[in-house]
Amino acid sequence: MFLLLLLLIPLVGALLSFVIGRNEASAKSVAIASSLLSLGVFIYAAAQFTSGSTEIFSFAKPWIASAGLNFKFSADGISVLLLALTSVLVPLIVLSAADKGREKSNVFYSLVLFTQFTLVGVFTAGDLFLFYFFFEAALVPVYFLIINWGGENAPKSAFKMFIYTIFGSLLMLAAMVFLYTKGQTADLEALKSTAALMPAKVQMLLFGAFIIAFAIKMPLFPFHTWQPNAYTDSPATATMLLSGLLSKMGVFGLIRIALPMAPLAANEYAMIVTLLAIVGLIYGSVIAIKQDDIKRLIAYSSFAHMGLMAAGVLSGSVEGIQGAVFQMLAHGVNAVGLFYVAKIIFDRTGTRSLSQLGGISQQAPVLSVLFMIILLGSVALPLTNGFVGEFLMLKAVFEFDKLIGVIAGLSIILGAVYMLRLFQNTMFGEVKDSQLIIADVTGLERLVLVIISGIVLIMGVFPNVILKVSEPAAVTLLDYLSSI
Amino acid sequence: MYPIISLSITGLLTLFLGFADNKKLVFPLSILFLLLALGLSFVDWNAPGYYFNGMLAVNNESIAFWAIVIVTAILVLSLSEGFDRIEFSQPAEYLAIAQFSLVGAIMMVSYNNLIMLFLGIEILSVAMYVLTGADKRNLRGNEAAIKYFLMGAFATGILLFGIAMFYGATGSFNLDSVSDLMQEGSADALFLWIGCTFMLIGMLFKVSAAPFHLWTPDVYEGAPTIFTAFMSTIVKTAGFVALFKILSSAFNGLGEVWAIMFAVVVLLSLVIGNLGALSQSSFKRLMAYSSISHAGFMLLALLGDHNNALSTILFYSLAYTLATISAFGVLLVVSKERTENGRAYEKIDLFRGLIKENGFLTAVLTISMLSLSGIPLTAGFWGKFFVFSNASGSDFFWLIIVAVLMSAVAIYYYFKPIKEAFDRSGELSTIKINSIFKIIFGITTLGTIVLGIFPDLIRSIF
Repeated sequence: MFLLLLLLIPLVGALLSFVIGRNEASAKSVAIASSLLSLGVFIYAAAQFTSGSTEIFSFAKPWIASAGLNFKFSADGISVLLLALTSVLVPLIVLSAADKGREKSNVFYSLVLFTQFTLVGVFTAGDLFLFYFFFEAALVPVYFLIINWGGENAPKSAFKMFIYTIFGSLLMLAAMVFLYTKGQTADLEALKSTAALMPAKVQMLLFGAFIIAFAIKMPLFPFHTWQPNAYTDSPATATMLLSGLLSKMGVFGLIRIALPMAPLAANEYAMIVTLLAIVGLIYGSVIAIKQDDIKRLIAYSSFAHMGLMAAGVLSGSVEGIQGAVFQMLAHGVNAVGLFYVAKIIFDRTGTRSLSQLGGISQQAPVLSVLFMIILLGSVALPLTNGFVGEFLMLKAVFEFDKLIGVIAGLSIILGAVYMLRLFQNTMFGEVKDSQLIIADVTGLERLVLVIISGIVLIMGVFPNVILKVSEPAAVTLLDYLSSI
Repeated sequence: MYPIISLSITGLLTLFLGFADNKKLVFPLSILFLLLALGLSFVDWNAPGYYFNGMLAVNNESIAFWAIVIVTAILVLSLSEGFDRIEFSQPAEYLAIAQFSLVGAIMMVSYNNLIMLFLGIEILSVAMYVLTGADKRNLRGNEAAIKYFLMGAFATGILLFGIAMFYGATGSFNLDSVSDLMQEGSADALFLWIGCTFMLIGMLFKVSAAPFHLWTPDVYEGAPTIFTAFMSTIVKTAGFVALFKILSSAFNGLGEVWAIMFAVVVLLSLVIGNLGALSQSSFKRLMAYSSISHAGFMLLALLGDHNNALSTILFYSLAYTLATISAFGVLLVVSKERTENGRAYEKIDLFRGLIKENGFLTAVLTISMLSLSGIPLTAGFWGKFFVFSNASGSDFFWLIIVAVLMSAVAIYYYFKPIKEAFDRSGELSTIKINSIFKIIFGITTLGTIVLGIFPDLIRSIF
């Protein structure tokens, strides 16, 4: 029942903000109210979930009876954590979207809330095609956010993103149709028994189709070429949605669909995917070091981080999956924070070029401190949220293959290099344009950044609260995989 | 059966209405006539049976298709506002011909005898030849009509030849007795195969499947937009049902002959339709190639399990019809304001900047394009899904892979109009839409989305 609420609140919110949000203020207040309401409902339900009633997020109703498809939703610990990420980030993203003079703001906020609706659907779908339905539908609102409110090249980048992801999703659809025909059901739980009995060759093909779809979404090397452009040319809100939430659909899909539906192939592919992940990790980090555009830099760093998550999931150990799940949350929060800082800097200075920025900390000390905290989270400093996930995943990758583990470890150093360079070139150094008066963050901006940096620290100090929620799900998944 | 009679009579009446002094009555009365036919269709609901000595078979499935065809006609013809325009200098004639064409369509979806199939196809086709050339002063329209007529007549000839061969092999025109004969396997095989092949060629031509598609782009482009919409929806739907009926009864047991042929046709339609659409700059030509590719998809559904094929075709053609009416409707509204050399300007870049001028039309166009490309939340997605799940049981899973890859290609060209519409650099003159258009667009767009979320609404009819 609570799940239905979590789905309906953003949907109704989207409709409401479309209908009554003729001006920016009312559309925004509808969006804030709706996203906070979702958060409230989620917190209440999550409290029940962690205290033992794990059925709280389950919901099932016949949907397409003639084809045997159901509106079936269910959530394990991993889904609940991703729901948490969605419920926390969407209000922050809405709050951060305070632009004056935006055209058609009712459509804008309604698209943001609609994205939330599809994300909740993806993270809790218990039916193969329901998952696909939301997975692909999530792209549509973001596409329109980008082409309508993005920069000059936005239509082109958005289109590239759309073609890439649709291509992957369609391959996944073919694989799903095949599974569905073989198993005569689309229920994810019931399909496991069919999937486990498939010949290894077939499973290899299925996994191949799934991994391409999810690799494009994450993105994983070499399917990442849409990502820097899309992140850079999108409006800040769409970038936050993409990097903070939509990219997690890829990793989640690996855990929820690819591993259970092609268990035999997971081991076979683990090496290839891990290698690609590590190549992407190093490649993304090196390119990030050379970037001049702040948004591009964060985009490449985001791409580098996503690779490690895929490697962690496929490492076949509890630490790997746990680390990937934790890192999904951490990276979601950090990416939103970093892109928000990039937007704040751009709003104040009119540029995102590192060579033209500098000395912001003199005029905006609060911004500088909050930026530092979020940035350290991204660098994976101990006691910040980035550390726990990276550490667990590196441990898992190291156990998987020592050499790869060592190379992956390098990425932490590289991460520190590009992140600290970002900080140094923006906050310290000479003021390039002495005429420019940079106001410090106040009001809403400060609130959002304080909340994000607060989460960065709390997650870093008390990781066990989160790890405990996802552990049973990770153990169940691995037990299932090893039982094949 | 009743709609056939009523449409024949009201069609004649409409012709005579053309002599009346007050021509304004013709249009509302024609819509009324169509509504009457729609109402009469349901007289036979839940009362399956045969008419005219077993020439026509009526059951709930065929009634559902009658209803779809008639409702489509109502929706499409309602878009024909402004009879003062050139192509509508004789509104009574065109409306009468449209009603006659429906008689043909209805015969095609409920024939039980090959003679009836031929009659239905001929009635529908001759009407379409005339409507294609409805705009008498338009050279391209005339050229299209001649092309369509010559090639169409040829295709019908082949179809008739096929029917004759088939008769030679089995000694009957009746679908039921033919399928009994096939079960016994006592028919002359060579005649049967040639007849089967020729009949399929004739019918595949009508649904514009490759390699019998060459007329499609020219005819779509040349015909007045409203009749392009008419053609791409009604003719297609009727054609596919006719194909299904013959495949599932008379050709039952000939699977090894037509299935391979069909697989090749599906492959060609998907590849030619989608790759051909990529480079089009005219919106109507784009829709023509898209209709070829959709023909490929619907044929794919026929390859699989026959028990579900009919409801898949019903759903797919409904989804396709709704989206196509929206697309051509928006084209009609927008292109009216823009002319080039005295003709409506119908390039894709016509839509540039539509978002600034009219958000509603942009939404209608966008949703129709999304549905055609099969994005979830629209009916088109489920159309594709049902086709895939229908065909996945057959020996042709590789065709599904081709179809999937081609769907990815299709995104590219379906997004062209969307990108243009959201391109704010364009300047459009003021667009006025009257309330009938708004209602029609409301129905098609809402229908697309509702079917996109609850596809079972339609599938549960059977």
